[in-house]
Amino acid sequence: MNRRQLIASVAALTTISLAAPTWAQDEPLKVGFIYVGPISDGGWTYQHDQGRLAVEAEFGDRVETTYLESVPEGVDAERALTQLALAGNDVIYATSFGYMDAVINVAAKFPDVKFEHNTGYKRADNVGTYDGRFYEGRAVTGTIAGRMTKTNKIGYIATFPIPEVIQGINSAYIHAKKVNPDVEMKVVWAYTWFDPAKEADAANALMAEGVDVILQHTNSTAPLAQLQQQGKIGFGQAADMASFAPSPRVSSVYNNWGAHYVKSVGRILDGTWKPEAVWGGIGDGIVAIGEITEAVPAEVKAEAEALRDKIGAGEYHPFTGPLNKADGSAWLAEGQTATDEELSGMNFFVEGITAEIPQ
Amino acid sequence: MIDPVALFLLLLSASTPILFAALGELVVERAGVLNLGVEGMMIVGALSGFAAAYHTGNPFLGFAAAAGAGALVALPFAILTQFLMSNQVASGLALTLFGLGLAALFGKPVEGVKAPAMISGPLGLNWIVWLGLLMVPAIWWFLNRSRAGLILRGVGENHDAAHALGYNVRRVRIAAIAFGGAMAGVGGAFISIATVLQWTEGMTAGAGWIALAIVVFSNWTAPGVLAGAWLFGGVTVLQLRLQAAGVRVPVQLLSMAPYLATIIVLVAISARQKLSRRAGGTAPGSLGQDFHALR
Amino acid sequence: MIRLVPRTDTPALLQIATPILAVLATMIAGGILFAIMGHDPVAAIRTIFWDPLFGPAASYSRPQLLVKAAPLILIASGLAVGFRAGIWNIGAEGQYIIGAITGAAVALAAYPAEGMWIFPAMVIAGAVGGWAWGMIPALLGNWFGASEILVSLMLVYVAQRIAAWMAFGPMKNPEGFGMPGSRNLQQYPAAANPELVAGTGAHWGVVAAALAVLATWFLMSRHIRGFHIRAAGIAPRAARFAGVKPETLVAFCLGLSGALAGMAGLFEVAGPAGQITDKVGVGYGFTAIIVAFLGRLHPVGILLAGLLLALTYIGGELAQLTMNLPAATVQVFQGMLLFFLLGFDLLTRYRIARRITA
Repeated sequence: MNRRQLIASVAALTTISLAAPTWAQDEPLKVGFIYVGPISDGGWTYQHDQGRLAVEAEFGDRVETTYLESVPEGVDAERALTQLALAGNDVIYATSFGYMDAVINVAAKFPDVKFEHNTGYKRADNVGTYDGRFYEGRAVTGTIAGRMTKTNKIGYIATFPIPEVIQGINSAYIHAKKVNPDVEMKVVWAYTWFDPAKEADAANALMAEGVDVILQHTNSTAPLAQLQQQGKIGFGQAADMASFAPSPRVSSVYNNWGAHYVKSVGRILDGTWKPEAVWGGIGDGIVAIGEITEAVPAEVKAEAEALRDKIGAGEYHPFTGPLNKADGSAWLAEGQTATDEELSGMNFFVEGITAEIPQ
Repeated sequence: MIDPVALFLLLLSASTPILFAALGELVVERAGVLNLGVEGMMIVGALSGFAAAYHTGNPFLGFAAAAGAGALVALPFAILTQFLMSNQVASGLALTLFGLGLAALFGKPVEGVKAPAMISGPLGLNWIVWLGLLMVPAIWWFLNRSRAGLILRGVGENHDAAHALGYNVRRVRIAAIAFGGAMAGVGGAFISIATVLQWTEGMTAGAGWIALAIVVFSNWTAPGVLAGAWLFGGVTVLQLRLQAAGVRVPVQLLSMAPYLATIIVLVAISARQKLSRRAGGTAPGSLGQDFHALR
Repeated sequence: MIRLVPRTDTPALLQIATPILAVLATMIAGGILFAIMGHDPVAAIRTIFWDPLFGPAASYSRPQLLVKAAPLILIASGLAVGFRAGIWNIGAEGQYIIGAITGAAVALAAYPAEGMWIFPAMVIAGAVGGWAWGMIPALLGNWFGASEILVSLMLVYVAQRIAAWMAFGPMKNPEGFGMPGSRNLQQYPAAANPELVAGTGAHWGVVAAALAVLATWFLMSRHIRGFHIRAAGIAPRAARFAGVKPETLVAFCLGLSGALAGMAGLFEVAGPAGQITDKVGVGYGFTAIIVAFLGRLHPVGILLAGLLLALTYIGGELAQLTMNLPAATVQVFQGMLLFFLLGFDLLTRYRIARRITA
């Protein structure tokens, strides 16, 4: 290839990126996904891929979906996103926080492609964001945990000290405390989203401290396997983890991204899509509570389901005052609820949690 | 209050996967071969062991299958390095890549299913934990007291001399590589069968790399490997245990410590050896070098 | 019975033919794999090897080959120099990470100042960081006789944990809503390592990789130090008699490969990656070892090997996109390619002869 051809092809690329990838009603809408893990991770990426399949099931021939799996955050993300755009996708869902800046960069080059970035906070004319209010789910599992603990010690396997995880710990604690004033919360930071051996160690460390109910933010089934061996209980995370039901998995908080994807693709198909900041919870179907098993007494199950339905209907916000911060300072007054801004930057524990947030 | 006995029992379990993998790599390195593919062999063991345990309902058959699969997947590495004279470092890295891909590919059918529970042995510990502990004196005896072990060490120390004495360097090394694969396979299977009870891609999460560090820490002795496995496993178990007890720990700095300790141990032993000019004890003389018999 | 006889020199034809044979063998074995997994083998192989170069979106993927290959080539060029002398730096991954951190540290300290000096200072800081991390095994080896293979490998783990510590602690973006990771250097013009000519993908790292290939070629074939290095690799005792100090060579080779790996880390963190995170090390340091051997430790070979690996990465992505080939299948295929390339290399170093005596 000579230099002239190279220049010509560069020019062609510029045209590709500027020209609208034309999409007429008779052609299927091309929907692309970029995943940080393999679709068989049984957790985060698996649930996103279930969402992709939900889109296919809902729209059939009107959509065509593709995905790139196991794309690490960092050096490869921007290229992978560009490849998805060049492959003619009309909308691209980027399903990991670390893709954020790459999404913004690529979106600027492909103004006619729509992008949605999961768990991020940067938006543009063709970039929306979506995330789950996982703390709503934790309110329900926290309630079950508070009722089920015999030692009055519940444990939380945390991943990283980021707002999403801190919201989860606070929400679980507040609602466990509500039904069991003697409850104590033990927190370990695993500094990983997925490392089965380490997650097992973390679960064992908590049990050695007298914890008998564990909530996990990490994504493997290792903590459940350890709980099973010691006859204690926990909850599924990210995925339903139903193979550990009825015990040790007594319920779960799982990510039902399909609820969002179907809505979002539907809006693109009818031309009403806008770049939004979607933060959906139980009411939107994005955060789902897995079946509460028979290992939980009926009245506790009813109580948890009632809470779930109240949150889902918007009648109750898990962060409703009076609430103080862990340092004793006042946060929310009686009846006051937390704003989304406060929650999305949450960097403190609520009063009663004695653990500390690593800095 | 942290109960030291309970903590130690936790540690015994937690360090089992890296103990198996590191004991296997110890034998491989004592034969003069550096196999950086431990992670790849572990993950293949994790999958095959899990699949066999799931299909037969017998976890012990799972471990046997894992050993077989680990040895089998080490075969391309053995062929490359022993017959085709390829560089061991590059071949080992390729083996890691290959093993991770292979396990992911063939793992699809057993996703989301659960392994049969294992019956605990004495002190509530899994029988494989006890087997791992038993392997330590067994491998020590093999390396230091058996004739086969003497030959293996001779091959690792100076392959030209061993060849001149009429030993088949290649055969010894292939056997060692296969054994290393089998042990890594069992270590990987411990994670899938005993720790998680499920198969997921990438579930060994870097344990194979830790095993490589442990062998260096051990100064190439079996008891040293046990100490290394407890140190590396212990730091994780202890920091999580301290966190659960509400103690603040600098996680990142603490997790760095065993690797720094390994470097210090390596330097101290090398320095002592350099000063006294004594042979034995430290890294095998032919470690990582190609062997080609001219006759 | 056959036996292997080392070659004293390799025919030029064979030099070229063996990698081609290896790729062909991989295509056949890979084709069988794809067919077993239920994919069209011809289409899969065309997608992986042909489409990134000449396919519908080739005008984008061709320059991306350079971007993907640049760090591999840059690191491998340095490593190969040491490998030729029998000095085994397998810790380039750690030197890459430290270079990324020290380079980024300059930018983060200067933020939000503007100035022409910032980017060059970052490059120097990255090189110095990588150099220093490479000098640790060199000095520990020279002073105490500790194996540079093992020390450099151990330092990779230490570097990975330093990166995590930086991402969650000292380097965390103060405007990042508490999320881990530093500021994005792409959005800080004085520190960014952008595309130099629009549409080419080429950033400073690509330029540096090209220069490294030229410089190491000059060093190895035209410079006395290169002669010493080759002599030390082939006949260490003879080289010592000829006045080559092994300690100097160890320090030179580990320092050089460390500096190049550190620069690669800096170019990536200021360019394609953008920020320091706990996952700043993406394995380029290890992949570069494979690249160095596939390139037979020769600068031109390394250039081609780096591009070939980049091709399989990008082609693998295309195969995922257009054929729904799972990432795992692509990974197995890459593993096979490496096995075949390493294995077939035997032909260039040994002659196969019939055993004459029984």
